[in-house]
Amino acid sequence: MDPLDIARWQFGITTVYHFMMVPLTIGLGLVVATLQTVWHRTGREQYLRMTKFWGKLFLINFIMGVATGIVQEFQFGMAWSEYSRFVGDVFGAPLAMEALVAFFLESVFLGLWIFGWKRLPARIHLSAIWAAVIGSVFSAYFILAANSWMQHPVGVEMVDGRPVMNDIWAVLTNNTLLVHFPHTIFGAVSVAGAFLLGIAWFHLWKRREQGIDTVQPDGTVVVGSTGSRARDETDYRVWWGSLRWGAWIAIVGFLGTAFTGHAQAQLMIQQQPMKMAAAEAACHDGTGFSVLSVADLRSEGATSCDDIVGVFEIPGLLSFLAHNDFTTDVPGVNTLIPQYQEQYGTHLPDDPIYGERAGMEIDYLPVMEVTYWGFRIMITFGGLAALAAALALWVTRKGTVPLSRPLMRLAVFGILAPFGANAAGWIFTEMGRQPFVVVPNPDPTGIDQVWMYTAAAVSPGVSAGEVLFSLIVLSLVYAVLMVVEVILLTRYVQGGVPAGMPELTADEHEGHDGPEGPGGPSGDGARHADDVLAFAY
Amino acid sequence: MDFLPAFWFVLIAVLWTGYLVLDGFDLGVGMLMKGWARNESQRRVMLNTIGPVWDGNEVWLITAAGAMFAAFPHWYASLFAGLYLPLTLTLLALILRAVSIEYRGKSRTARARTAWDWCMAGGSAVAAFSIGLMLAVTTTGMPLDANGDRVGGPFAWLSWEGIAGGLAAVGFALAMGWAYLGLKTEGSPRAAAHHHLSRYLPLYLLPSAAWGVLVALRQPDALPWVLLAAALFAGMVAWRAARIRREGWAFTALAGSMAAGAASVFLAVFPVVLPSTIDPSHHLTAFNASSSDYTLTVMSWVAVVMVPIVLAYSAFVYWVFRRRLHERHIPESHVVTPV
Repeated sequence: MDPLDIARWQFGITTVYHFMMVPLTIGLGLVVATLQTVWHRTGREQYLRMTKFWGKLFLINFIMGVATGIVQEFQFGMAWSEYSRFVGDVFGAPLAMEALVAFFLESVFLGLWIFGWKRLPARIHLSAIWAAVIGSVFSAYFILAANSWMQHPVGVEMVDGRPVMNDIWAVLTNNTLLVHFPHTIFGAVSVAGAFLLGIAWFHLWKRREQGIDTVQPDGTVVVGSTGSRARDETDYRVWWGSLRWGAWIAIVGFLGTAFTGHAQAQLMIQQQPMKMAAAEAACHDGTGFSVLSVADLRSEGATSCDDIVGVFEIPGLLSFLAHNDFTTDVPGVNTLIPQYQEQYGTHLPDDPIYGERAGMEIDYLPVMEVTYWGFRIMITFGGLAALAAALALWVTRKGTVPLSRPLMRLAVFGILAPFGANAAGWIFTEMGRQPFVVVPNPDPTGIDQVWMYTAAAVSPGVSAGEVLFSLIVLSLVYAVLMVVEVILLTRYVQGGVPAGMPELTADEHEGHDGPEGPGGPSGDGARHADDVLAFAY
Repeated sequence: MDFLPAFWFVLIAVLWTGYLVLDGFDLGVGMLMKGWARNESQRRVMLNTIGPVWDGNEVWLITAAGAMFAAFPHWYASLFAGLYLPLTLTLLALILRAVSIEYRGKSRTARARTAWDWCMAGGSAVAAFSIGLMLAVTTTGMPLDANGDRVGGPFAWLSWEGIAGGLAAVGFALAMGWAYLGLKTEGSPRAAAHHHLSRYLPLYLLPSAAWGVLVALRQPDALPWVLLAAALFAGMVAWRAARIRREGWAFTALAGSMAAGAASVFLAVFPVVLPSTIDPSHHLTAFNASSSDYTLTVMSWVAVVMVPIVLAYSAFVYWVFRRRLHERHIPESHVVTPV
């Protein structure tokens, strides 16, 4: 077993997993903060309920992001110590800034928000959620600054064979980062949009199924109530509002990812032409965007470039993506490999750092099955989610959802589409830069000498057994926790608004529980009723 | 030229001390969720004393590690890779601790709650032990080659000093946990805190003292001994304060004891940040493991601006939640049912 391969699997699994939680944290955090602001401004009950309900789901997800985030920071040193030594002068800075500027803000103010509902003046409590959400967005900025530096190193000079930072401003305004960051934020927004849409659809459907809301023959929606505050007219407005917000947010998120993704492609063609070619499985130069290419099944392995057959392509589209016109050729793999070999060598150096790989021939071609399909899954899932959101707006234009169970299921499972798009996009961009962990910046100003092969990055002193152990235990714990999180989210979704707002139905239950309620020892109850925390674990 | 690495060495020592003190009481309370609490209302009171603040406290760890990466990449790389297995356990423990805090109250059955309690208590204990072990190993060393890579297999870091450091962190976290409960609760946890601290506080601090002495013995200077004496004195003050029920003083003096003890240890090893036990020429020092002056200057500005801001708003949050908690403050647990 090779520690390098195991460490790469571990980084991939832990990062993709972590990034299931992150976009929902960022996207839903922005939604919850906005909802609370609207409630603060208008004082309308439905926005309070929306804040509390979506806020509860936000927290169930947030903690998983926190828990799995520490793994990310530690494993650079644990499994990739040679990488950490090589890039530490420039790469550690954004990580430390992320902790100092973003994580403290996020964590401290979120604690204040969770426990501060009755304790703080409304305005300060509202500022707390905004501070926490801004912290999340800052953290995305700093970690993407670090990632963008790996994709496109800037702001450094080589000193004694190591990149040494000479311009922090260049690192924090890397042009790769400036498109990478909005792309990621819009991706997070589209996750939140589909999340709102699917869950609100479920509850509107449930209200119809329970006979609370009815639709007249002419299509007019008659909003009903069960008498319980869990299912009154305001409850309808919660879900109706969430559905419309969610659909629009999903559409905005997709349009944002499309425009920023286009900008990314134009940088990619300059900075990482091989990744662009691998995204297209394009062996030869051309202008067409491949809709479907297959490997020639007659040949064994089908990894060689010549085995790939384009089945259907749109002429000019690739050229538009990369160059904004329809006629400029985009270089293919066969053109690029000799260029890479000339610039960066044909064989890995005979350096002990490469272990058994020292002196081996370098394969400049990423795994094309992954890059090609990753790119397409990202676009397809993202586009389908936006299309579905637009359709949902039209289908629900009269005021509620159809009484169709399959359609409801589709809306709920549609939540997964933007998650899939996010994961596929990351897998594409990270695997598309192989065999480099730090991709050479082609800018011929001396900075083009800064690069690192992934094969050189792994910890030399760590055995395969150690990495395998951590890969197995982390994967097992992650799998169990994923099940737990989904069960909890499902339970809280099915609980409706009272799941995030127990006070909503507390009076209804009190009739059964007797007048003492939560006050504890009788007699003390009434006197200390105001002392009871608004929220407690 | 040598000022910046020294400054960052001090800053990282401060960050680790801050982590040990602040998350120390979270970890202590976490261990006591199983180690002491006997019923649901005690557990909920305890959990909610750390509820608003534990996550911010954990960020001290992330910041300490991030600052090591930024300021001393060679130190960060050698230490984290060398301690691969203990740090894997640290990560698992911190994951379980974090998730159990949030999910415990959302479980429907007593059995599930008990499982989360074990996650929290076990996670807190393992995290405290392995982080203490890591800090001990970075002061007493492990076998490193010229590149800073560990030699001698996955357990080459194992040493008596490391185990003493692990026990030191567990003991100190327990003492801090009790002191925090004494300060933040009314009723049975407060009474138990008084009982345990006034009887056993020296026992909790014994492994810390052992670690401090082990490190101080390895060097000729007097100052680490002076600081160690100060730590001992602060520990005595904490003990006395606990006995006469001055909980604020007990908590503060315990924190001061850790600060003085950590200062003694870090000063005793300076400028070595991670010694090699096979060849002194392989020692990592604050000067050969550090980033460039430019990076350190940039990070210094960030730290000089941000650390006071972080301290200010963290203090504000502690002030908001300054009130003691009693069972009567805890709302009935909320059972979520489908609408």
